[in-house]
Formats: sequence, structure tokens, C-alpha cells
Amino acid sequence: MAAIAWLRIHLFSSALNSMLTILIVAGLAWVLPGIFSWLIWDAVWGAKLPAACEAARGEGACWSVVWAKIRFMMFGTYPFGEQWRSGATIFVLTGLIVVSAIRWFWSRWLVAIWIVGIALAFWLMGGGLGLTPVKAEQWGGLPVTLILAIFGIGFAFPLGILLALGRRSQLPVIRAFSVIYIEAIRGVPLITVLFMASVMFALFMPEGMRIEQLLRAQIAIILFIAAYMAEAVRGGLQAVPRGQYEAAEALGLSYWRAMGLIILPQALKISIPPIVNIFISVFKDTSLVVIIGIYDFAYAVKKSVETDIAWRNYIVEAFLFSILIYWVYCFAMSKYSQWLEGQLARGERR
Amino acid sequence: MSASAPAPSSAHEALAIRITDLDKWYGDFHVLKHINLTVAKGERIVVCGPSGSGKSTLIRCINRLEMHQKGTIVVNGTELTDNLKNIDQVRSNVGMVFQHFNLFPHLTVLDNCTLAPIWVRKQPKAQAEQLAMQYLERVRIADQAHKYPGQLSGGQQQRVAIARALCMTPSIMLFDEPTSALDPEMVKEVLDTMIMLAREGMTMLCVTHEMGFARAVADRVIFMDQGEIVEENTPDAFFESPKNERSRQFLSQILDR
Repeated sequence: MAAIAWLRIHLFSSALNSMLTILIVAGLAWVLPGIFSWLIWDAVWGAKLPAACEAARGEGACWSVVWAKIRFMMFGTYPFGEQWRSGATIFVLTGLIVVSAIRWFWSRWLVAIWIVGIALAFWLMGGGLGLTPVKAEQWGGLPVTLILAIFGIGFAFPLGILLALGRRSQLPVIRAFSVIYIEAIRGVPLITVLFMASVMFALFMPEGMRIEQLLRAQIAIILFIAAYMAEAVRGGLQAVPRGQYEAAEALGLSYWRAMGLIILPQALKISIPPIVNIFISVFKDTSLVVIIGIYDFAYAVKKSVETDIAWRNYIVEAFLFSILIYWVYCFAMSKYSQWLEGQLARGERR
Repeated sequence: MSASAPAPSSAHEALAIRITDLDKWYGDFHVLKHINLTVAKGERIVVCGPSGSGKSTLIRCINRLEMHQKGTIVVNGTELTDNLKNIDQVRSNVGMVFQHFNLFPHLTVLDNCTLAPIWVRKQPKAQAEQLAMQYLERVRIADQAHKYPGQLSGGQQQRVAIARALCMTPSIMLFDEPTSALDPEMVKEVLDTMIMLAREGMTMLCVTHEMGFARAVADRVIFMDQGEIVEENTPDAFFESPKNERSRQFLSQILDR
């Protein structure tokens, strides 16, 4: 009975509403079966040969392409025999995200965990100390995407906070620098910043000093996101009432103590939605590094299929797989931010 | 101590606050006009006046939440100038209670109280907590120590704010309309706390219109209007037979309410 009452209130409350409900249900009934049979029921699953997919063409998706190409998609051109290291790096970096998300670790320990995580990731990827060295040009796939995204976020976050504080500073030089930096960076597309990093760095650098392409892209991403982060944080800073600043001052707290202990904890909480929004878009925007020839996950997925005549017809399936991986990371971030907002608001509610 | 201090100002002078020829402008607006005021140690002063008279601005100059443009302010022998060390020294000796409490909403009552002792006074956490509980006890709110400010009533929050200021063991307390944002039934609990503090000999400057409080504890009432000190008097004389026309007008207005 409750279900019928619910239906009446929500779906059939008026003639127009009933009509819309019926139309939408009919539309879904018409479209969904086709989609699902292509995606699931009529699809070719498991490690099958291309011939099996050929037979099902037009009827069902060919997920066998993922089985056939998973290592190239995930690890790109990383030396085949050493790819367990790439796999381990994915675990280390994903673990770093998970640990950072747990409130219990929010202390000085987190900095130590990050240092260890970064060192471990670079040792695994780059080699040395008992592992065969692998040049950064050979890195590829999901680890590269994770490295660019995580270090992009991890370094841009503090930098963005400093820029946000700088923009509200009483000191004219610092304020001017922050404003010019933020406005200059926000005014150009990421793709051009990456190009600049790729081409221009070489011109400015002294003879003989070469920075890896990946590092250049990383620096460009960090500098780029920091500007957006600064504006998100500034929004939070402005929302903290003036009285909070005054109370901190009146107690004799220094500027940095007042910011670190009183203002930022409140400002960052307010800025969680825009900050996570930036995290999510950064995670996906790392795929732009393809234009300077870096094998990130999206590019590795594309290449893995394009370079093999037997599988090149199944690029749609390959892309759907990469979409799923991107989505899992982004959706997790989004869900986490909602949970965190609830957590942080809990104690303070009446 | 600043080298530019004009008058001899030793640490053991009997004056808590000495304000000489103070002027302050907000742009073109002359908020404080030629203010002269001395407060002896242990003295309780009530500052009143119509809104916009500059009374809040005056006490906010004393811990340099506001900067003055002319004149000198010497607090406990330290002159307030651009010297940051002097400002820090004054602030850690002067407690302030605000109209809107300004408790830190993301910290518990106890953490609100221990924050400055730990980070400014460098007290060990255990000692700071012990001291905080002692002061929370005195403002009769120790049982709420582990709640967040948002879970308390206005009167309770203001008492926590008083305890927070006391935890820095200040020698002077400034109150900026501490009861004006409170529901009427909560005014008394805060005033009682302030009266208790006054009886213990704290040097206090209170911006307030609470006549009962003024009569109970104030040594002097200062009436301000349009940025000037118009009248200085004992509470009884001020409320019964004000000398100045403007004081009389103001009193008739607040008494009519």
C-alpha cells in the first residue's frame, strides 16, 4: 500500500505528470534492452580470439579486447618483464589516496606517509637499488596518470593555499604577485601551458641541463591547478566571519598560527565542494599530456588497440573500459567528499 | 618597550592603560577625537554612549584590533606602535570578550580555551587543560567542556568566551558589548560572571549599557558621543544627575525603553 501511495504522490500526481511518467518509462523500455544486450548479454567476454568478436559484430560488445590488451592499456610501453613494478605502483598510489582520505591519519604522519609513498613509487617505476633502471620515457599507462594527478593535487594544494592567503595579504608585493599569477594562469588553456613546458623550458634552461618530459608536464600541471585551487580556497577564506580573525588576533596568535589553527580549518571545510571539483577535473585533464607525447592511461588505451590490426575495430570497447576506470576514481572522490562534509559538520550542529 | 615612547613608562607603574591625545579616522570620518584616558590597575570602567559614538573603536584600539593615527596608547608600560613584538606582548596580557562571542566553531569548548595557552604561552597540553577546566569551573560551565560552541546557548557561549580570555591570565579584560547579542534571560548569567571577575580585582573596561552592572562594580562611567569623551563620573552620579546635556538625553532614551 505504501508503494502505491508513493507512486501516486511522486509519479502520477496529475494528468501531465502521469503522461510524462508513461512516456519516460516507454522510452526506457525501448532503449535499455538494446543497450544492455549489447553491453552484457550478447557481448563477448573472456580471453577470446578476434574471430569470436567478428562473429558477434553489431550484436554485442567485444570485451575480449580488454583481456587481450590489458597490460598495454595499464602499463603502456613499460618493459614487459618489469610490469609487475607498474602494477605495484598503482597499488601504492591508490593506497596513498585512500590513506589521505582517512581522518585518523590527518597529522604530521601524513607528510611522512606521502614522502615514503612518493619514494616508493619512484623507486618502483624508475628502478635502481636492485631494480633494473627504467627511463621515464618508457613509463606509461595508469601509473603515469596517477602520478600526474596525485602529485599534481598534492603539490598544488599547499601552493594554492599560499596563493589564496597571498591574494588577501596586507603586503602589496605579495598580493600583486598572487593576483598576477592567478589571473595569468587562469587566462590560458592547460594545453598551452603543457606545450610551453615541453618546448620553452628547454630554451630557458642552461646548456646540458635537461629535465624529463614527464617532470615538465608535472610541473606545468602543478602550477596550473594551483591557480584554480587558490580561488577555491579564497572563497572559503572570505566566508569565515571577521570575528574569527579578530578573536585569533586578540588572543595573541601569530598570523601563521591564526591561519593554520583557526581560519584555514574553517575555510577549507567550506571549500570542500569546489576543491574536490578541481581534483576530479585534474584527474581527467591529465589525459591532455598526450600532446607532448606522454603515454598516459587514455593514450595507452588508444594506442593498444590502434597498433594491432586484429583488434583495431574494437576501439569503442577499449575506450568504454578506460571510461570505467576514470569513473571509478572520480566517483570515489565525489562520494568521499560528500561523506567528509557530513563528518565535519557533525560535531558543530546543535 | 618602544624607544619612541615620549613619557617615562616603567613596567611597575600603577597605570594599566594610559591613552594620550588619541585621534583616529576612518578615511575622512573622525571616529575618535582627542581622547585622554587613564585606567589604574584594578580599576573597573564602564564606557557607554549612543551607537556610532566610537566606544567600541576606543577599546579595540587598546589591543590594536584597530590602529590609531595620532596620540599614544600605553598598556602595562608597553606603547602600542607598529612594533609587532609590543603588539604581541600587549595582546597576550589583554583579554577580550566580543559581542558575538567569536568562539572557534570547529573546536570544542576545552580546545577553545587551551589553544592560546598552548600555542602562544607554550604551556604543556596537560597543564593548559587543567587551567582551562579551572576557569570553566569558575564560569560554571565545566560540564560542557567537550561540546562544540554550536551546541551551547548564547549565554553559555559568552561565558566560555570569558573563560577562554581568562586562560591567558590577562591583567586587563576588555568587554565589547558582551550582553547585547544575548536573549534577555541570558544576560544575567553573563553579568554575574563579570561581577565575580570585578570583585576579584580584575582591571576591566566594559562597553555596556547595563546600568545594574555599572552601579554594582564600576569605579567610573565614561560617556562618549560623536567620538569624544563627554562625561566622566561615578556611576551613581552619572545615572542620577548627569552633568552633561548629551548624557542626560542619552540616559532618558535608554531609560524609556
